[in-house]
Amino acid sequence: MNLRLPSETVRLLIPALSLTALLAAVFWLQPRAMSYIGLNLLFNLAVPIALATIAQMLIMAVNNLDLSMGAFVSFVACVAATFLHDTPLLGWLILLAAIAAYAALGVIIHLRDLPSIVVTLGMSFVWTGLAVLLLPAPGGQAPEWARWLMTAKPPLVPMAIVASILIALVGHLIVMRSSFGVLVRGVGGNERSVERAGWSVLAARAGAYGLAGAFAVAAGIALVGLTTSADANIALRYTLLSIAGVILGGGEFVGGRVSPIGAVIGALTLTLAGSFLSFLRISPDWQIGAQGAILVIVLALRLLLNRLENRERRR
Amino acid sequence: MTHKTAPAHPIIEVEDARISFGAVRALDGVSLAIMPGECVGLVGHNGAGKSTIVNVINGGLTPDTGRVASNGGALERYGINVARAHGVRCVFQELSLCPNLTVAENVRIMHRNLGGAGWRGRARRIIGESLDRIFPDHGIDGDETVGTLSIAERQMVEIAMAFSDAGTPPRLVILDEPTSSLDASLARQMLTHVRRFVEAGGAVIFISHILHEILATADRIIVMKDGRIVAERPAGGFDANSLFEAMGSVAKGAAARRQNRDLAAAPIVLRQTGSGLPFTAREGEIVGLAGLSGHGQTEMLLKLHALRSGNWRPRRDPAVAFVAGDRRLNGIFELWSILKNLSVASLGDLTRHGLVDEKAEEARAESWKARIEIRTQSMANPVLSLSGGNQQKVLFARALSTRAPVVLMDDPMRGVDVGTKQEVYRIIRSEAEAGRTFVWYSTEMEEVCLCDRVYVFREGAIVAELDGDEVSEKNILAASFQGAAA
Repeated sequence: MNLRLPSETVRLLIPALSLTALLAAVFWLQPRAMSYIGLNLLFNLAVPIALATIAQMLIMAVNNLDLSMGAFVSFVACVAATFLHDTPLLGWLILLAAIAAYAALGVIIHLRDLPSIVVTLGMSFVWTGLAVLLLPAPGGQAPEWARWLMTAKPPLVPMAIVASILIALVGHLIVMRSSFGVLVRGVGGNERSVERAGWSVLAARAGAYGLAGAFAVAAGIALVGLTTSADANIALRYTLLSIAGVILGGGEFVGGRVSPIGAVIGALTLTLAGSFLSFLRISPDWQIGAQGAILVIVLALRLLLNRLENRERRR
Repeated sequence: MTHKTAPAHPIIEVEDARISFGAVRALDGVSLAIMPGECVGLVGHNGAGKSTIVNVINGGLTPDTGRVASNGGALERYGINVARAHGVRCVFQELSLCPNLTVAENVRIMHRNLGGAGWRGRARRIIGESLDRIFPDHGIDGDETVGTLSIAERQMVEIAMAFSDAGTPPRLVILDEPTSSLDASLARQMLTHVRRFVEAGGAVIFISHILHEILATADRIIVMKDGRIVAERPAGGFDANSLFEAMGSVAKGAAARRQNRDLAAAPIVLRQTGSGLPFTAREGEIVGLAGLSGHGQTEMLLKLHALRSGNWRPRRDPAVAFVAGDRRLNGIFELWSILKNLSVASLGDLTRHGLVDEKAEEARAESWKARIEIRTQSMANPVLSLSGGNQQKVLFARALSTRAPVVLMDDPMRGVDVGTKQEVYRIIRSEAEAGRTFVWYSTEMEEVCLCDRVYVFREGAIVAELDGDEVSEKNILAASFQGAAA
């Protein structure tokens, strides 16, 4: 009778199955995608999205939401295509300062008990403004090493897959295995009991925000590595994509229930959904709607599963 | 009751602690000392200050005046971490684990100094050993997510966590209603462990509403009432009756009770059957829901509410009004004015051609302000400018100003001062005379005794119905503690 899978595994099942189903459909429509180059093309834009999704997931782990993710990644991309290429030292300093700014946001949101949505929405205009100041018109150039990193061709498995697995593993280690990750998720699950155990919730939240900033910086650099140049609006859709990715991957808006592996799978699924619709020759006008439909289907499945799980628990 | 060579210094000593929250005096000069090797029982009615003194001892609250000392020396800057370093552990009344984490991860949160490589294994071992010691055959795995455990299992984990040793051994464990979700055999295992722990020189503060547990387990019993210690004796000096007496409840004020009203002829307006006795309420009746908190009273109110309110479209004539107990959570609109908070439930009546008739709204608010004496300069002030008791009055006015013939109340007097309570009781009684039906869940005996008829709940079902003169503290306590056996 005790056929109870760990609930974490059950939560990962739906995103993994959706990705497999989509992938099978893509291969069926376009068998040539089933190759080293094909897979790389399908997935390489997923790498920055996966990084941004992990960043968003960290914020959601402490029951907050970051609406500035897209603007921030765009800003980082602009810094990477200008300062990081021309004067690397200054470029890194700017990026470090940006990460510190993220941590500071966490502090402010916690101390003043502000709604994170409002604060990050405001910050999104700040980041976009800074990005426009840096690159009023599309341009700039990616640093050589970023370019090299994103176009590397490891044997057997394409870079996009290697990078995705790496991101998932690093995310898993930090968020699911480390003490810090436990603390961050604990804040999401029951802030009061964390406080009663003598931890500083402020430090945990600041840490989560700072780490999210670091992942978002990585997302921006990866994006520039792929596109070779940047634009102030290059990643604006990342805000919603990253939130959708977290939810798709089995995460929740509140309660500290997140899964880095799921988040990466979610990001891959979202990227793949776009390609799938192109292969179906659905006009781009309809694609966003169709993408939404895919999201709705996956989330409906998840709801169903949750309900079954709850019913079983009540017995 | 062992008289070993007890060390002279108490583990924790609180001296003359005073705390008030707004108008409510939570602690009014409490001094107590906990010696090693004793189990102190702490009893008192809801709101007597038990939880507050517990929070002072565990460092979560700093008293307005008074001091905390340990091992004979006063502690400056006493706080959570200092308390934990002195071996103070606490199992709270409400479950306080992180439901999204595994058992082992929760151990990591509780024990700050557990870090370093391999903490997962250590955490599993620590909690496993502690669980084995207290609850043999518990069957809980350290890698299970807490959210998937049953309530009893969570409670067991929490208790085991408090008694576990990860570096700083526990010296004083505070158990706040620890047995409320354990069945009898688990409760016995826990109480046996408490005795073992105390024999070995530890100290326990034991809070419970189940008096025979306290009488059987504690060495010394402290009775609190209205933020003060009113009696303190060795456990042998009390029996169940003298404890009730010391808790000093309404028995004396019985004269002020409502006169019995014969309502047998009044039509039945509410009816609900479920496990246990059926529930009915008649027109103009005040029906009390009693029993220990969390035994299904709130669920009953929600069921009654769902039964009588439209599912999708609001009804033209509201059938029920609800007064929420947790006003912060589901009562007031914090950003709105008093006026808006009051009128929101009856906007349907105040609307003409789809627009709110502001004159009528104001007139109604003013009349209610006068009727129930909301203390404010202007009804346009934000609702948070009111004291808690007055906020609660606004919620009452919101419900009473509707035309709903039935008012459901979910322990609405929590944290309300005595004066306000008396005023609200008067309003309820006069409204009931006028034919309104009240269904009143209360955790306070005094309020339950104001009702015409009382249903006593235990484990989600009605186990007793008390009518007229049968409504007394003694009968209610008997039914809620022994309902299962009867």
